[in-house]
Amino acid sequence: MIHFIIRRILIAIPTLLVISFIIFALLDLAPNDPTGNLPMTVPPEVREKIRVSLGLDQPMHVRFSMWLFQFFVNEPLNLLHEGFGITIGDSENRTRILSWSTRSSVIDLIIQRTPQTLWVVGLSYLFGILIAIPIGIISAYKQYSWFDQVGTFFTMVGFSVPTFFTGMVAIIIFSVQLKWFPMIYDTTLVVDSWSNFILQVKQMLMPVMVLALYNASQLSRFMRASILDNLNLDYVRTARSKGRSENAVLLIHVLRNSLIPVVTLIALGIPTIFSGAIITEQIFRVNGLGQLLIIAIESADIPLVQTLTFLFAVLIVIFNLIADVIYGILDPRIRYD
Amino acid sequence: MKKTISILLFLTFALILVMNVHAKRGSDGQLNLLYWQAPSTMNPNLSGGTKELEASSVVLEPLGRYDENGNLLPWLAEKVPTVANGGITKDLTSITWKIKKGIKWSDGSPLTAEDVVFTYEYCSNPDTGCTQSNYYSDIKSVKAVNSLTIKIDFTVPKPFPYAPFVGYNAPILQKAQFNGCQGARAQECNKQNFFPIGTGPFKVVDFKPNDVIVFEANPNYRNPNKPAFSKLVFKGGGDAVSAARAVLETGEMDYAWNLQVEPEILIKMEKAGKGKVVSAFGTSVERLMVNFSNPDPSLGELRSEYVGGNNNRNPHPFLSDYNVRRALSLAIDRQVLVDAGYGKAGKISCNVLPAPAIYASSANNECKTPNVPEANRLLDAAGWKKGSDGIRQKNGVRISILYQTSTNSVRQGTQAFIKEMWKQIGVETELRNLSASVFFGGDVGSPDTYQKFYTDIEMYTNNFSGTDPQTYMSNWTCKEMAQKSNKWGGNNMPRWCSPAYDALSAKMSVTSALKDRIRLSKAMNDMLMQDYAMIPLIHRGDVSAHSNKISGVRMNPWDSELWNIADWTRK
Repeated sequence: MIHFIIRRILIAIPTLLVISFIIFALLDLAPNDPTGNLPMTVPPEVREKIRVSLGLDQPMHVRFSMWLFQFFVNEPLNLLHEGFGITIGDSENRTRILSWSTRSSVIDLIIQRTPQTLWVVGLSYLFGILIAIPIGIISAYKQYSWFDQVGTFFTMVGFSVPTFFTGMVAIIIFSVQLKWFPMIYDTTLVVDSWSNFILQVKQMLMPVMVLALYNASQLSRFMRASILDNLNLDYVRTARSKGRSENAVLLIHVLRNSLIPVVTLIALGIPTIFSGAIITEQIFRVNGLGQLLIIAIESADIPLVQTLTFLFAVLIVIFNLIADVIYGILDPRIRYD
Repeated sequence: MKKTISILLFLTFALILVMNVHAKRGSDGQLNLLYWQAPSTMNPNLSGGTKELEASSVVLEPLGRYDENGNLLPWLAEKVPTVANGGITKDLTSITWKIKKGIKWSDGSPLTAEDVVFTYEYCSNPDTGCTQSNYYSDIKSVKAVNSLTIKIDFTVPKPFPYAPFVGYNAPILQKAQFNGCQGARAQECNKQNFFPIGTGPFKVVDFKPNDVIVFEANPNYRNPNKPAFSKLVFKGGGDAVSAARAVLETGEMDYAWNLQVEPEILIKMEKAGKGKVVSAFGTSVERLMVNFSNPDPSLGELRSEYVGGNNNRNPHPFLSDYNVRRALSLAIDRQVLVDAGYGKAGKISCNVLPAPAIYASSANNECKTPNVPEANRLLDAAGWKKGSDGIRQKNGVRISILYQTSTNSVRQGTQAFIKEMWKQIGVETELRNLSASVFFGGDVGSPDTYQKFYTDIEMYTNNFSGTDPQTYMSNWTCKEMAQKSNKWGGNNMPRWCSPAYDALSAKMSVTSALKDRIRLSKAMNDMLMQDYAMIPLIHRGDVSAHSNKISGVRMNPWDSELWNIADWTRK
């Protein structure tokens, strides 16, 4: 197993380098310009000066190697310096990856945006799992019962209706009509008292539930299918003929075996938490990583887009690895060595 | 007993009086603004976007600024310098500003002429990458005569010398704070760019780029009773429709900016009775640019290029015919476009220079009512005959227009209407839309920019900031033509060239009397309009909404919408 993990990590390094180059090249070739969103009253000479001040006049390979150096050397060293007080080299004059539209460090922006994304999108993922597993089990066990029919209906609706629609409906019902929840997420709210905690719960409820519905719909379908596959297998018949209770058969034997593909699926889905639910974040103004990415793309903020997409790529590679490892642990029949 | 009662009554009255005589600083609590395009920095010199200018305008202030009617008011200065009051020299090459006494930065230190001089040095340093540097063009020197007097010398006579340090584009920075941030270092001065110290009614306490800004009342603001709000939250993100909803329907927010929303939606939301939609008209005109050069792809290098001799060596196959251009304009029913796409945010415009009102020409009002029969007659008379497919042609040239604009639902709506209107006069139209960041991106390598103009007609909005049209009107001189030779850096997109127009433009740059400037501007506008170099469609306004509980909002198209936020109060 250890050999397998080390081998996979070693393969991941060139993979990520290639990915970073592809992202860089794509962004570079795209017809996009950081001065494109400036008002037309800004004359072309001034635009040219701005481009030069952003370093756009240098050839592509220079900019790419600079980004690589900043990302893999300067930024980690800076994190060490700021996070743990360990200083290696000249930390004062180290150049960092700067966002073009805000002129601030890209990594700082990402750190600033991560909490709200983790809270809202992460919680919705968790709730989605908690809702999906029981629904999946019951619908499969009582296949074609009214519960299964209703469950299927709702998961189909949740899966096929996009979140920008459910989000809008939620806002119109709960904010505009009933006035229960705010429609704007306040990122400056600090939870330091009960009343603020309640405010936080209130403002998180709508985005979390909208996303949870979507996540649950997907997962519960997989859960149901996986349990159905297992219910007809020989080992289930054996367990039943041994006289084990239905509960034990379902919750110990069948559930554990059916969870194997679902757990991998959950692990593979975790990177999408970080890339945020872009549309849901926009609707509720959660302003997390997803919204950061969208704004960066719109304003042609190449360093920010590049760094964010690359971080997502890193997460996807890591969680793919984790999913493989978990699979091996859950199912001893699978051996990697 | 009576005495006590009368004393009590007196005290009650006194109390009521004190409560009514307005409000002390900070007595109205928190004000919530919603700018759905979130500001990315607080330094207006590093971002030219309106959202950043609006946000920084509550902190940083200029020497003079415009009110909602376009009048120039002294702001940090004592008065507006003019030739009459001796503030501007007779030869128009020098202007002297005097700062009001006793103005303090929010950190308590005094505002001096040195800060003003520094602001010029900061922005004019080429390494700063200052987006507002065109406000400081043609300056020979900016000097501090004494601690409160600034003298600006220009390299050329400036009939309108109110660009530097005027309006929200060119506010004053504090020298002590930005001293180490000039040139290339400007990019790294995070703390300074996000938390500038200003003289305005508010100061920044928390800044999250592209998300939210929190301000507090400036304790050193020059008027001790203002601003009425102790805290200002400037939230960003989301979209225009939901921003309108947050003010007009849920009342969560007090003010929402830039509500480019279909008019029917806004009208419906306004009925909830929580807020009001306000609009103001600046100089923005949505117009069709007419290509006078030939955009045929087979021309290669010469595509959409102007080649000498009043354009007759590479003319457009059909748009070079005056009758065709005029017919295209006559066929458009502009009221339909206003009603469908703009509502309160638009008016019919027959001029490319529609405002300030004193500059607006009335010579082109023909365009206000569509005249399809006349358009058809013109085309018939000019020999453009309808073919079997209903499309007009002459000598094998069909009037088939490729019409491009940026991707935006209102613009695509307008395109569809115009296509139908042109069909009535036998003109075929193919529509095309491009992402705004590509279309307006100015990438020299891309064939799809509005500067390259590789189509027959293109549509967008342009405007000028401030109230003086001199620079704007010089956009259509011959030397401004966007060409390969200037890397498509010019502003004359139609490639329309007229020596008579150039002469008027040159004359304007040395004329200072307002009366004559108005006459020249109108003449230039009329030349462009009557030759149909551009077909103006809609005079576009800015639309915002504020809660009914907020009073004092004076929507301003010439400066920041928040220009008088110190006077806003909660009812």
